[in-house]
Amino acid sequence: MSDLAIQVKDLTRRFGDFIAVDRISFEVKEGEVFGFLGANGAGKTTAIRMLIGLLQPTGGSARVAGYDVATQAEQVKRSIGYMSQRFSLYEDLTPRENIRLYGGIYGLTREQIRTRTAQMLDRLGISSVADTAVRSLPLGWRQKLAFSVALVHQPRIVFLDEPTSGVDPITRRQFWELIYDAAANGTTVLVTTHYMDEAEYCDRISIMVAGRIAAMGAPMQLKRDSQVASIDELFVQLARPDGPTRPTRPSSPSGEGSR
Amino acid sequence: MTALGGLLRKEWFHIRRDRRTATVLIALPVVQVLLFGYAIRTDVDNVRLAVVDPAPDAQTISLRNRFAAADVFRTVAVVPRITDLDPLFESGAAQQAIVFYPGFSRDLGRGEPAKLLIITDATEPNTGSLLQSYAQAVVNQWVGGASRAGGAGGGVRIVPQVRMRFNPTRESKNLFVPGLMAFVLTIISSMMTAISLTREKETGTMEALLVSPLRPWQIIVGKVTPYLAIGFVSVVLVIVEALLVFHVPLRGSVPLLLVEGALYILVSLSLGILISARTSSQRVAMMFALLGTMLPNILLSGFIFPLESMPSALQAISYVVPGRWFVTIARGIMLKGIGFEYVWRETLFLAAMAAVLLAASVRSFNERLE
Amino acid sequence: MRRILYLAQAEVLHILRDHILLAQVLVVPVVQLLVLTNAATFEIRNTPIHIVDLDRSPASRGVVNRLAANGHFDIVDTTPSVDVGDDHLLRGTATMIVVIPRHFEESIVRTGVGQVQLSVNAEKGSAAGIVQSYATQVLTDYAASLRPVDNESRIADAGSRPRIEVQARSRYNPTQNYKHYMVPGILVALMTIIGTLLSAQNIAREKELGTLEQLNVTPITRGQFIIAKLLPFWVLGLIELSLGLLVGKLVFGIPMVGNLALLYCVAAVYLAVAAGIGLWISAIVDTQQQAMFVTFFIVNIYLLMSGLFTPIDSMAPWVQKVTMINPVRHFVTISRAILMKGAGPAEIAQPFLILLGTAAVVLVVAVGQYRKRAA
Repeated sequence: MSDLAIQVKDLTRRFGDFIAVDRISFEVKEGEVFGFLGANGAGKTTAIRMLIGLLQPTGGSARVAGYDVATQAEQVKRSIGYMSQRFSLYEDLTPRENIRLYGGIYGLTREQIRTRTAQMLDRLGISSVADTAVRSLPLGWRQKLAFSVALVHQPRIVFLDEPTSGVDPITRRQFWELIYDAAANGTTVLVTTHYMDEAEYCDRISIMVAGRIAAMGAPMQLKRDSQVASIDELFVQLARPDGPTRPTRPSSPSGEGSR
Repeated sequence: MTALGGLLRKEWFHIRRDRRTATVLIALPVVQVLLFGYAIRTDVDNVRLAVVDPAPDAQTISLRNRFAAADVFRTVAVVPRITDLDPLFESGAAQQAIVFYPGFSRDLGRGEPAKLLIITDATEPNTGSLLQSYAQAVVNQWVGGASRAGGAGGGVRIVPQVRMRFNPTRESKNLFVPGLMAFVLTIISSMMTAISLTREKETGTMEALLVSPLRPWQIIVGKVTPYLAIGFVSVVLVIVEALLVFHVPLRGSVPLLLVEGALYILVSLSLGILISARTSSQRVAMMFALLGTMLPNILLSGFIFPLESMPSALQAISYVVPGRWFVTIARGIMLKGIGFEYVWRETLFLAAMAAVLLAASVRSFNERLE
Repeated sequence: MRRILYLAQAEVLHILRDHILLAQVLVVPVVQLLVLTNAATFEIRNTPIHIVDLDRSPASRGVVNRLAANGHFDIVDTTPSVDVGDDHLLRGTATMIVVIPRHFEESIVRTGVGQVQLSVNAEKGSAAGIVQSYATQVLTDYAASLRPVDNESRIADAGSRPRIEVQARSRYNPTQNYKHYMVPGILVALMTIIGTLLSAQNIAREKELGTLEQLNVTPITRGQFIIAKLLPFWVLGLIELSLGLLVGKLVFGIPMVGNLALLYCVAAVYLAVAAGIGLWISAIVDTQQQAMFVTFFIVNIYLLMSGLFTPIDSMAPWVQKVTMINPVRHFVTISRAILMKGAGPAEIAQPFLILLGTAAVVLVVAVGQYRKRAA
């Protein structure tokens, strides 16, 4: 029985009268790659921000890495990594300087920083531009660098918020290889995305619709149970249970989701 | 013309819906004039006087009382030695001191010149001069004679008869409040620009407007008009405040003043429009330049510091500071009561600036369309 | 903790690589110092005057010559018409009309007293008084130079009145140089802009870019974050001060009577206040542009109410009380006191303690309202 990396029970968030996240509950096991899917505005980002201690929940509870997010947010932060939609690297600093900064903030020794920097640059194949400002790097490289920086302190869990937005399909696939690497090393990965095809890459997924979790489980299982050929179709069903079906487009592994 | 009408209506709705911003825009200049009208003064009053009187007696006390009785002075300390004055001056506790030399009363009684030393804090040179002449005047009154330059009696006297024109009470508020009006109007104009820009940036509507059938000049008219209206309300309120709260005279034509005020707001808004017409990166640079020069703009408008006192290079630069022209116009109309025939030059400058800025905006918009 | 060092190190790199910022810190203030010091003066020079000489006698021409020779005045017109003079006043082409009436010389010869009419444009408030006193001085000097005619009767009078010999002494600013008065204050203004604007802009930019969020997810505490962020700008402010003092000394020859170390101590506290305000501003805005606007708006108010341009003593009493919470006011007072008067710690104790208190309050509030987690 593996430990639960993330335990969420009836987690809720309201903004005035608007309920952005409506009593969601789920669990993520250690080492899992969990996909947090849903359309834009469904509440994914809000949910993630509560789990990583950026937003106070208004109801329910959640435990991340064994700590309560409402009362032990700072301990949670020590055990997790985060990569936001905007990558959030300092553009005028070099990759090396970015790694050093975050390594230092997470309390790594100088020796550790040096070692991991070398490893990272090597793994990503960006040693040649280690000392160029991030601003001049292509988008794909920045994305991968941001991911690595999120892992510099080897956290138990890493949260990725729409990490593949705006990136070309080939780079996306390479990125998922990095995710698999991390998972293979025991890191739990929770990734949000609106690209439904990426669901296939996850161990388990949940689909959020209007603040609620409308479906959850292993992708294969879900497709079988709902008799759909792709998660994309499933999503459409969930999103518009009574409405007319969307004009069908040929579903392809790298289909573009709506933004 | 319905396209323009539609745009105007939309801008009007924006403003009406955003009550809070509109209130701030109208209340702000009023509050600022109130605050600064009482703060920006150069009148010398309530002068803190220290007295060094080593041997007080009837005579010294009598002169000291004369100072105390004079409204302008306020005795804050009486000390025995001159050296006691140092901390008082250095901390600013005293602005001026009168020092009685030993034997003051004795000399007076004997008919010999009795020595009095007046020490003035002259860090601010003009205040220093004024304080000195005030103190001298009190001493002369006490002596009971007309002012002589401390020399032998008799001889020729030339007596100046002084008429203070346009501001007989010489209260500095009359000087500053008209200029203050220009200043606060500038501030809200730039605020309105900022608000309009922020709104636009958030919704990306500038591009939408540009690809619509609206011609650039129509976009400009549409954007300027509602803010011109709000600005005009501010102009009226600020003038009313000047009259009612500060009793600044208004000797000239009210309609003329209102028109000039509206023109000035137009110039300020035109600058804002030009900034918003530029693309993002240029815009940041322009805002930067605008804000970075706000301080020099304040000073070069003649609002506080007289332009005549500045080196000619700066006076030349002030020609392109719109505030400068309005300050001259407002002071002229309010204090001197002059009419259009005296301010046509300044008005022309303002109108020309508005025209140039608006033309540049039209051109920028056209460029962006290409 | 080491975290502060790492973040501060990154800050320094940012600053060094941001050319616009470096210009803001090193170039713009110097330019502003030069421009503002030259602009901010109430000095009266070259006052344009119009002389209406209706007497055209040797005596009246003597007056005219004296006025012409005086550096304070600039004679723009001598048309013998009061109406023309009035017109000058209305147009603003002359600040004072000197009217020497007919029979001026005759009057002096007969009675020993001559009258001259001065019409001064009093729009300028107290400056008008100064112009008047300059003119009066000229007239008095001129009168003293005229050979008295038949004045025995007057001398007899003189003896019966008490006479006081008044010596006047001015302390500080012996050359009556307006620039010496303005530079200390303008330095304060520049330091305020740097300290407040740059810190506000900096944090607002991180907000805009999303890097702030990234930092909030790390275990860094808000105390560590704030120190690391504000420290570089605090240092920059002190560098600014040094640069400003250097320019002030070399270009304007400002006096430095007091202890510079004391000035730096006060500056250190003041910059903490400025940075704290910048921090507070960054919390209420979302973008760099907004940060710029709000900062300039607030700083302008502070500057106008600080005694920098117009004296605190001239403000209405209730406003003077309000300015007690204005940190700029206190630093302006202190810097003038130290540089021009040579004041020591005892003399600046009161404003300094207020600054200390303000620093404590501002920092506590600014830090307190900074939240890593949104409520």
